[in-house]
Amino acid sequence: MAKFKLKVNSKSLEVDVDPTTPVLWVIRDHLNLLGTKFGCGIAQCGACTIHMNGAAVRSCVLPVSSVGDSELTTIEGLSENADHPVQKAWLEHDVPQCGYCQAGQIMSATALLKANNNPSDEEIDSYMNGNICRCGTYTRIKAAIKTASKNKI
Amino acid sequence: MNIVKTSIGRRSFIKRSTMASGGVILTFNWLVSCDMTPSKIKALPKEWFKINGFLKIAENGLITIMSPNPEIGQNVKTSMPMIVAEELDANWEDVIVEQAPLNTSIFKRQVAGGSQSIRQGWESLRMAGAAARYMLVEAAALTWGVNQNEISVSNGKIFHKSSGNESGFGPIASIASEIKIPKQVKLKKVSEFKIIGTSKKNVDGKKIVTGKPLYGIDYKSENMLIAMIVHPPAFGMKFKSMEATEIKKMPGIKDIFPIKTVSEDYVKQGVDTDSFNEIAVIVGESTWQVMQAKKKLKVNWMMSAEKTEKVKGWSGDIKTFLIPAGLESSEQHNQLMISMDHKKARVVRQDGNPRAVFKRAAKIIERTYTCPYLAHNTLEPMNFFADVTDDRAILVGPIQTPESMEKTVANRLNLPLEKIDIQMTRMGGGFGRRLYGHFVTEAAVISKKMKRPIKLIYTREDDMTQGSYRPTYRATYRAALDKNNNLIAFHVKAGGIPESPLAANRFPAGAIEHYLAESWEIKSNISTGAFRAPRSNFIAGAEQAFLDEIAEISEKDPIQFRIDLLKKAKESPVGQNNDYDPSRYAGVLELVREKSGWENSSDGVHRGVSAYFCHNSYVANVLDVVLENGNPIIDKVYCAVDCGIVVNPDAAKNLSEGGLIDGIGHALYSSMTFKNGKPEQNNFDTYRLIRHSEAPRKIQVDFVENDIAPTGLGEPTFPPIVGALANSLYRATGRRTYNQPFITDKPIIG
Repeated sequence: MAKFKLKVNSKSLEVDVDPTTPVLWVIRDHLNLLGTKFGCGIAQCGACTIHMNGAAVRSCVLPVSSVGDSELTTIEGLSENADHPVQKAWLEHDVPQCGYCQAGQIMSATALLKANNNPSDEEIDSYMNGNICRCGTYTRIKAAIKTASKNKI
Repeated sequence: MNIVKTSIGRRSFIKRSTMASGGVILTFNWLVSCDMTPSKIKALPKEWFKINGFLKIAENGLITIMSPNPEIGQNVKTSMPMIVAEELDANWEDVIVEQAPLNTSIFKRQVAGGSQSIRQGWESLRMAGAAARYMLVEAAALTWGVNQNEISVSNGKIFHKSSGNESGFGPIASIASEIKIPKQVKLKKVSEFKIIGTSKKNVDGKKIVTGKPLYGIDYKSENMLIAMIVHPPAFGMKFKSMEATEIKKMPGIKDIFPIKTVSEDYVKQGVDTDSFNEIAVIVGESTWQVMQAKKKLKVNWMMSAEKTEKVKGWSGDIKTFLIPAGLESSEQHNQLMISMDHKKARVVRQDGNPRAVFKRAAKIIERTYTCPYLAHNTLEPMNFFADVTDDRAILVGPIQTPESMEKTVANRLNLPLEKIDIQMTRMGGGFGRRLYGHFVTEAAVISKKMKRPIKLIYTREDDMTQGSYRPTYRATYRAALDKNNNLIAFHVKAGGIPESPLAANRFPAGAIEHYLAESWEIKSNISTGAFRAPRSNFIAGAEQAFLDEIAEISEKDPIQFRIDLLKKAKESPVGQNNDYDPSRYAGVLELVREKSGWENSSDGVHRGVSAYFCHNSYVANVLDVVLENGNPIIDKVYCAVDCGIVVNPDAAKNLSEGGLIDGIGHALYSSMTFKNGKPEQNNFDTYRLIRHSEAPRKIQVDFVENDIAPTGLGEPTFPPIVGALANSLYRATGRRTYNQPFITDKPIIG
């Protein structure tokens, strides 16, 4: 066990965990932020996507010991009240079915739009390919990303 | 208006003699802590008045409607309360939705399965709303001293025109809750619907996009431990022993022990058949600690002997199943299935004299179709929370069949049924996987042993290699044509491991004078279960691809060819018990022909069509493939659906789109294979699911407009799209595909 000071959603938090613990389980088990989901544990499905210094990362394979001073943002840190433009676009298109993958989809989409605020269909496909939606909301996700991009986040 | 006797749902309307305030009686204690207040209403209510089992109204006009059924992503948590709100004449803005507790004496069929929630809930949900509306009107009549026949209700307001009296629901809710429940209620005409047929947003949408804890895997309680399992690495093996002394010393580990999910002599229910019965369990403080111990734990396994299992079916009959011994492989399965081509099978339907007609045919077309096993892969892995003491069990999590599992758990824990409390969470996908609740029993047994609340979590590998798979199937179709290319006889022989995919009385049965359908089965110890649109998810694609070939060889338009067969089935049906309505079947084909502009397709667009009837709904598709740099790309899917009245149109479109993408994805890419009993895929690096770039670029869903009571939509769009995909790929590439996944197009040999 070791102590780590983490910056999560603009707050400083301390945890005492095994250094190999993936950030996914630190935030879910120890910080009680349950919006980030466990899907595969091997960075193949994207359900656990969070931001590290603004870039999308798969938290299920990111050891807490490797985070250092980086700023972590989870779905809970995107907005208090679903008023982030990407969340608003998701609600406008009523994207979710089961909803389990959507936090990861939204975090990936937000990182994409930060890097490229007017992505083409191909750029969306390529960036979002790491996020599986088992219910098949892909066409709505693409439409929501385009709506959010028009709102120029 | 239709007058409906409320006797069917009578028990649903039994009021409590004392007023239920503060939502105590109906509260689903954990989820209610989430913000559920509609944004327009600022103040939280002081008091709730229970009108009937489905709803309560607060003094400030807020209405809580219970959503009875498990939510797996089919959006019943929005659409079922919409039906109540419609007959209540509520303002939807005033409605709060809560997941109902498990109580089938009030809510009847609390199952997510068979695309039946809306169909079977339709009447009781309407009656609940209409009965509450009646009571509000009575209360207003009493309050104002006027005749109730002069009172009207609209959009959450009650009016008496001649006196000018007007009230919201809130001020009279307390009086309404004292009104005697009506023996009969008037239901609206379809033309009077104001909420049904308008698109309402997912009531959990805001919570989903902000990451609120909605799912079973998110559930936590004081003093809770984490449990994980280790199940046998191969089907045909079972637990022998383990050496856990050192592993128990690892940080955070509380205990390691084997459990039996069911006792040896237990007569299983249809929904708890699919599990390894004896598994190793690791319990610890945090998920990662338990995962680390799980990786290091060495369990010794041994071969299982052949066994028989007693299973009680849905209708109460007890069937005995033989589970063979041995370590099976996909290659061996494939050989066994091929060998059935030359063996006798059970005749499940015969019309006319097909054997004789085949003998005199001018032309015989014969084609064989196969599909592999599939894993459900709900994105939320199996999990369940259990807090079991000596005299009661509280179980919380994702389960499609809570009522059945209540019985199983009561039996296993030897507790009375009323001491088992199963609470439903939103589910991260179902697709049939969560009909089989062995993980609920496992969680209960683990909690009992630990004398602590525990949350059982499967890893993806546990989830994917546990079983309950979509069976593997094989179907051979034969068509006899006369010298003018008329279809004169039809033969299908289909089977699978462990079940046949055939539905004997489905189209084209009923449309062809000489018809033969035969089924066969091969036993296996690999466990299988219902997978979104069971059996149809294979046989529809095979049948619709075969019909496409007959149409092509007969030089007929593939849509008109189907419509002509359906015309025959309507005007002079062959045989008995045809289980479809030919007019509605043809209706979706006509709609998709019109919407897709079938007659005027553009150059470079390769189109395939299909249609199917299952789960009481009709679906037809046109799928457009374009070639880009020689690669087939799915450009657009047109989907025409007849599911009767559409409750929530945009959500219905979303669910249809999902079924189409799911069907395309599994037919193109997915496959589960075995070697020596061991699943060869165990996570998303080896098991391929459809991803963003592979989804159709555009999907257009159109509904047939009619006044027929609504039927299901969770499953019906999946099966036929597989046929439209195969047919359009053929037109694009010139090559037909017969074996799923189409990406490899060969029988699965592992």
